Amino acid sequence: MTMFLTIAVIVLIFVVIFQIAKASEYVSVLKGEDVSRKQNNKINGFLMVVFLVLGMIGVWYCNKLYFGKTLLAVDSASVEGARVDSMLWITLAVTGIVFIATQILLFWFAYKYQESDKRKVFYFPHDNRLEVLWTIIPAIVLTILVVIGLRNWFLFTGEPPKEAMVVEVTGKQFNWIFRYPGKDGAFGKKYYKNIDDASGNALGVLWDDKLSHDDIVTDKMVLVKGRPVKLIIGARDVIHDVGLSHFRMKMDAVPGIPTTMWFTPKYTTKEMKELTKNPDFVYEISCDQMCGNGHYSMKGIIEVLDQEEYDIWLAKQKPQYLVANPDKDPENAKPAAADTAKAATKVVAKL
Amino acid sequence: MSNEAVLHAHSDAAAHDAHGDHHHEHHHHETFISKYVFSQDHKMIAKQFLITGMFWAVLGGLMSVLFRLQLGYPDATFPWLEDILGKWAKGGRITPEAYYALVTTHGTVLVFFVLTAGLSGTFANFLIPLQIGARDMASPFMNMLSYWFFFAASIVMISSIFVETGPFSGGWTAYPPLSALGDASPGSKTGMDLWMISMALFVVSSLLGGLNYIATVLNMRTKGMSMTRLPLTIWALFFTAVLGVLSFPVLFSGFILLIFDRNFGTSFYLSDIFISGVGALPNEGGSAILYQHLFWFLGHPEVYIILLPAMGMVSEILSVNSRKPIFGYMAMIGSMFAIAVLAFLVWAHHMFVTGLNPFLGSIFVLLTLLIAVPSAIKVFNWLTTLWRGNIRFTPGMMFAIGFVSLFISGGLTGIWLGNSALDIHLHDTYFVIAHFHIVMGVASMFGMFAGIYHWFPKMYGRYLNNSMGYIHFWVTIAGAYLIFWPMHYEGLAGMPRRYYDYSIWESFKQFAELNRFISTVAMIVFAVQLLFLFNFFYSIFKGRKVTVQNPWNANTLEWTAPIRPGHGNWVGEIPEVHRWAYDYGKDGKEFIPQTTPVGADESHH
Repeated sequence: MTMFLTIAVIVLIFVVIFQIAKASEYVSVLKGEDVSRKQNNKINGFLMVVFLVLGMIGVWYCNKLYFGKTLLAVDSASVEGARVDSMLWITLAVTGIVFIATQILLFWFAYKYQESDKRKVFYFPHDNRLEVLWTIIPAIVLTILVVIGLRNWFLFTGEPPKEAMVVEVTGKQFNWIFRYPGKDGAFGKKYYKNIDDASGNALGVLWDDKLSHDDIVTDKMVLVKGRPVKLIIGARDVIHDVGLSHFRMKMDAVPGIPTTMWFTPKYTTKEMKELTKNPDFVYEISCDQMCGNGHYSMKGIIEVLDQEEYDIWLAKQKPQYLVANPDKDPENAKPAAADTAKAATKVVAKL
Repeated sequence: MSNEAVLHAHSDAAAHDAHGDHHHEHHHHETFISKYVFSQDHKMIAKQFLITGMFWAVLGGLMSVLFRLQLGYPDATFPWLEDILGKWAKGGRITPEAYYALVTTHGTVLVFFVLTAGLSGTFANFLIPLQIGARDMASPFMNMLSYWFFFAASIVMISSIFVETGPFSGGWTAYPPLSALGDASPGSKTGMDLWMISMALFVVSSLLGGLNYIATVLNMRTKGMSMTRLPLTIWALFFTAVLGVLSFPVLFSGFILLIFDRNFGTSFYLSDIFISGVGALPNEGGSAILYQHLFWFLGHPEVYIILLPAMGMVSEILSVNSRKPIFGYMAMIGSMFAIAVLAFLVWAHHMFVTGLNPFLGSIFVLLTLLIAVPSAIKVFNWLTTLWRGNIRFTPGMMFAIGFVSLFISGGLTGIWLGNSALDIHLHDTYFVIAHFHIVMGVASMFGMFAGIYHWFPKMYGRYLNNSMGYIHFWVTIAGAYLIFWPMHYEGLAGMPRRYYDYSIWESFKQFAELNRFISTVAMIVFAVQLLFLFNFFYSIFKGRKVTVQNPWNANTLEWTAPIRPGHGNWVGEIPEVHRWAYDYGKDGKEFIPQTTPVGADESHH
């Protein structure tokens, strides 16, 4: 019912507008087209300035409402992200000045030079000096922006510092899997045809590879405050994207082609809760590349801890090798292990 | 005196004259089919493109209203949605499948069917012969085929909406492996096959059209119409056609490889894939990124294919209605040429975060930001054209001014996104949505509206209603800014695009209220476009008749043709051209048409 009512109202508004528009056309013909055209011209010229003023107020008001909800309201959560922010401010300053100046000129000219019988048009087909001027100035400004941008770009995409920890991130429809290299600092090899979710091998790791035996697989990424981290990113099925908005970083996860990204977390999750004044704050990984119907729900969680907290967390993790191969897990072979232990003590006692 | 009589009192005499000429010219009998359906008259083909484009604009716009409904009211249910969409809106809430299908079809349709076919298809066909002084296109038959291939593409695209597994839903860019694997997404089954067939037909259509436009502009200009006397519209449409002819085949090759991967077991784009519930696929050694290179080699020039015609028409309309020559004619051509060349050298800026070689990325940053220079030249030249003019605010002129405003706003954010170190943060967020909708979507729509309002009298021999035009303009420009301006803020919060629901995200859920506001404005703006459509179709039959040959006092050749030109455009000789198209306000004369010989005492510029 409300639906029909809404449609009826819309149609009614249409009819009214149409009737007014039609009537004004008759009036203009009767009054003389020139007169009514000039009238319309005055009104629209005036509205140009009104639009400019209201628009500028709107820009200010929009900023007032929403700036606090953007990431710029709090500090970047990564050291490198701070460079993104400062570059963003510089770019905003440059483009903001141009935006305001050109919009004012556009609407002001439209108002000021609206048709008037008194004005004689200035025949001004070209002026080389002016054209050179507004070729060179943008070129210089853009060069500066390019230089700043590329310095940051090469830092972001360059090699991470040596002390960086390494985490492997794998996207699949529709969640993330993380792998830590364990004590040996190296990942075991993997091959996608070995993937077997049922038997605890979601990444297709080759268990024959000894390096894989201490690899830890988790469903949450835990990082250390102040320690650079290098992500090795891959995908199992389609293209995903590791979107880290708080760290100002982003990298696609492409099946078959590993990509990398690195950054240095600056605040622990706890500190961010205080900074953002949001007790529910979490670092979220958003999938930023359309990956199927569950794309919008493909969330990962990052927890940033102090070094000690991290060490405690790490100590609690069980290598995936043991999860996937329970028979190899010493904990499951307790009785046997206890026997060996006893035997060992005996040997020691004898000595 | 009846209303009809008031409106058309003065027009009868002139109209009779025009009709008289018309009959002299055409002795052969035209049937309904040959005149309105399989027409080879460029003007009729232009109208066919325009009206088909309008159909798609309504459908594509309606789709955006539907998915904005989901974004604005994620928790609400609308029982009438289920009536319309059936299983795609169970319980009155659009399903994720349907949401992604709507988003994908909206993008495909608006980019290709509306802003490519509807925009350059319409105005290249309509304006090229009329403004260069030709009786028709180089090949009217190919021109007709171009429309009918577009029509066939439309039919196939529509049919994909009714497929059981749904239309394609992997985004308009159709990145594999998602688009290649039906097991990864139901929309990538039959829906994707139809999507690709439709797009292939579309590529054929635009190649047939483009080759024709190029041949016509190069070979069929009237006497005296040197390249440097062409109106800027023609230059723009010419560059557009060149871009299309050089880049669409690359897209086509990308699609061919995708068809092979989908149906014939090749591995061009596929490698190391394990689909949950299906298992590991045999494909190894392909590169998913290869497709993106092929796609964006068209995809980026495509942006300029959309934008250049709007730029050309806006240049013309601004000059005519400022009663002042366009400032820096040669610089305008030069900057369009620069844009056309650079358009081919910047495609990888869509791929900064794909793992692209950083050095390669840096080259693309440089070339991308280089485009800002010709764009800046164009903006300043438009502003200078307005300066000290004598501006008439016809609805066409208003939309042209609106175009410049939007082009500035959206163009400037391109400087943010083109810089890879910022793109790494803003890529695929709402910032990008705001950027390309303002600079390419809405701005080009404004160019198209400007063109329609300006050339409607030439197309149909009647005027559009001005008052409705003004309402249309003011609501649309205010609405466009209200919709897209706040999206920059969502983007600066990192809010990703193509999400069905943000409420589960701690980082992005703070914009629920803003999303509702945007959705509401979108609906109002959509309704106002319907008002425009009504004005359009009503005015074709009932609009005020054009009584003078040159209603805007413009210089270009189309206004020397009869009010309702027949097939062949001019009665008798084609006019000869003696000057450029922009002698407004020269030597104290209001305007000097291109057909006027240069006088002995005329000043040089």
